[in-house]
Amino acid sequence: MALPQLKADATTARLDGLSLPDGAAWATEARQAALARVTSAGLPHRRDEYWKYTDPASLVQPDAPKASLFHNDEGPLFANRDRVQIVFVDGVFSAEKSSDLAAEGLEIGLLADALATDIHWAKDLYGVLETNGQTPVERPLAALNTAFASAGAVIRVTGKATKPVNLIYLHENTTSDAMIHNVVKVEAGAEMTLLETGPAAARFSKCLEVDVAEGGTFHHVRAQGRDHERRAVTHCFARIAKEATFKSFTLTANGVLTRNECIIDIIGDDAVAHVAGACVGDGSDFHHDDTVFITHDAVNCESRQVFKKVLRNGATGVFQGKILVKEGAQKTDGYQISQSLLLDEDSQFLAKPELEIYADDVACSHGSTSGAIDEDALFYLRSRGVPHKQATDLLTLAFLAEALEEIEDEDLAEDLRARLDNWLARRG
Amino acid sequence: MLEIKNLHVKLEEEDKQILKGVDLEIGAGQVHAIMGPNGSGKSTLSYVLSGKDGYEVTDGAATLDGADLLEMEPEERAAEGLFLAFQYPVEIPGVGNMTFLRTAVNAQRKARGEEEISAGDFLKEVRARAKELKIDADMLKRPVNVGFSGGEKKRNEILQMAMLAPKMCVLDETDSGLDVDAMKLVSEGVNALRNEGRSFLVITHYQRLLDHIKPDVVHIMADGKIIKTGGPELALEVENNGYADLLGETA
Ligand SMILES: Nc1ncnc2c1ncn2[C@@H]1O[C@H](COP(=O)(O)OP(=O)(O)OP(=O)(O)O)[C@@H](O)[C@H]1O
Ligand SMILES: [Mg+2]
Repeated sequence: MALPQLKADATTARLDGLSLPDGAAWATEARQAALARVTSAGLPHRRDEYWKYTDPASLVQPDAPKASLFHNDEGPLFANRDRVQIVFVDGVFSAEKSSDLAAEGLEIGLLADALATDIHWAKDLYGVLETNGQTPVERPLAALNTAFASAGAVIRVTGKATKPVNLIYLHENTTSDAMIHNVVKVEAGAEMTLLETGPAAARFSKCLEVDVAEGGTFHHVRAQGRDHERRAVTHCFARIAKEATFKSFTLTANGVLTRNECIIDIIGDDAVAHVAGACVGDGSDFHHDDTVFITHDAVNCESRQVFKKVLRNGATGVFQGKILVKEGAQKTDGYQISQSLLLDEDSQFLAKPELEIYADDVACSHGSTSGAIDEDALFYLRSRGVPHKQATDLLTLAFLAEALEEIEDEDLAEDLRARLDNWLARRG
Repeated sequence: MLEIKNLHVKLEEEDKQILKGVDLEIGAGQVHAIMGPNGSGKSTLSYVLSGKDGYEVTDGAATLDGADLLEMEPEERAAEGLFLAFQYPVEIPGVGNMTFLRTAVNAQRKARGEEEISAGDFLKEVRARAKELKIDADMLKRPVNVGFSGGEKKRNEILQMAMLAPKMCVLDETDSGLDVDAMKLVSEGVNALRNEGRSFLVITHYQRLLDHIKPDVVHIMADGKIIKTGGPELALEVENNGYADLLGETA
């Protein structure tokens, strides 16, 4: 079917200035196939059902809107944690700023090198999980990323990694338009923690493909912000095998537009997939969208989605979350909760929770709420001498706590909690 | 200590007068009790004193050691030394009981220009106080009042009172929901805090609590007013005869 003219034009305009990077034959093939997915689907438009609550125009337009640089007076996140640091500045790898990439239990390389190598394990994953994630809903911005990204990390996890890998995205150019594509392969029984931090670029497109083999464990903790003018679209495609564990948490503070999509396919029995997020936004120029799609295609698996948003001064939060339980995926335990705390009447939360179940022996629940600060709790705290502002902050953190509890590593959770504390403390 | 003069209060949202001229004076070190039929305005009085939203003072005054309570924010009243043990303590999911207590203690200290309590001293004191009230370590760790039984919530109120060391304590039906042993514990907790600088206003329906916490003065409240004031014998009279006679006397 031909695309509507508007969409076709927008797609052509976006593709106009781009050219496929060079690489090995298999990489070129993968990129060409991705490009074909983009042109056949067309880039998203506000009128697409999947973009009903978030206008993708600024993610699609040819040039990145300008975003001022943000000086973070708090210093780098996770600075006190021992970790492998892989640094990208406006989407370009910086060897100088990165640490040594050798680490126990891990084989770390750069995407550009992997895609230039004739025989590489990444061949089985690059664009592959993304392609799987294109049905039943098309995600053309992810395909665009697969086609044109030339930077990123490729990580093969061969054992129990002793320290986390931190992908650090620095932003130094006010008009940078960065694409990063990371591929992670967790081998059977292996385990790693991936951290992602930093504002990245004026406009950032990021794709992460993660394959967790039997009994493997993948932990993911990400922080986006505190820069205000960033636009970002991110995709995480995960494939979870038998008895494997996948846990992802994202903290988002500020940003004019953020769309985080997480697409998880559970394909092996007894596997676990958790995805959680906390976001704090202040002002009518804040728009944050969490879009999650979890497919259960195996027996006795557990999935959890826990999303909390604190919105003030006209900020907008979006949640689209789906649990799809395929035929035969018995004993599925699916849980989904999305909640917003609206600190004033100008802020809004738009939620579309969905369950689609084709198995009969499952326990799935979902809930979505939107509410203000609990006045009784506020008065109780104040009657004990806690000032209004401090009491509100305490209740706000309490609201976010359930999402932060999804982070297994207490130290990492503590670092994020401190950032949230500061974020609230800075506001009068 | 606490002086309430001709206090008139109506609901903010509705045209409903609840307190219709309350006069009450509590001296330093005294224990006063208020009894009265359901809906007579006892809790409303305690809320208005502590500054809850939703009420409008249409006339009268309330001062704590001369300071105008009604002009202050709830947290300022607390820092001045007013404490209300709630009839229905509030559950606060996500806020640990310990965090809550320490935040409150330090906020009050800060408001009074005092130094924060050290983590060690705080812990020591909480543990000692909690032990007296038979509040176990688990309850201290849990979110404020979440999943606490009725009696546990009331004991938790007294723990807060002990930690905050207020000078004017208002106890709204702290005895309701307590079993006999818990009633004793709570009363002992209250009695241990009694001294010449600290006063109590005990709202209750039952003589039993007053057996343990011996009041100096007993007031009967009905339809938004104190209709009778007397000694401890007044509480016994209520226990034996109910309110009918007392209400009849003033009618
Ligand atoms: N926020 C409110 N909205 C509506 N009515 C209220 C409100 N607060 C108090 N009232 C009404 O005011 C009256 C006094 O209530 P209050 O709770 O003070 O009584 P009380 O003496 O404490 O009763 P009890 O012994 O049952 O605890 C009641 O009729 C009550 O319904
Ligand atoms: Mg009452």
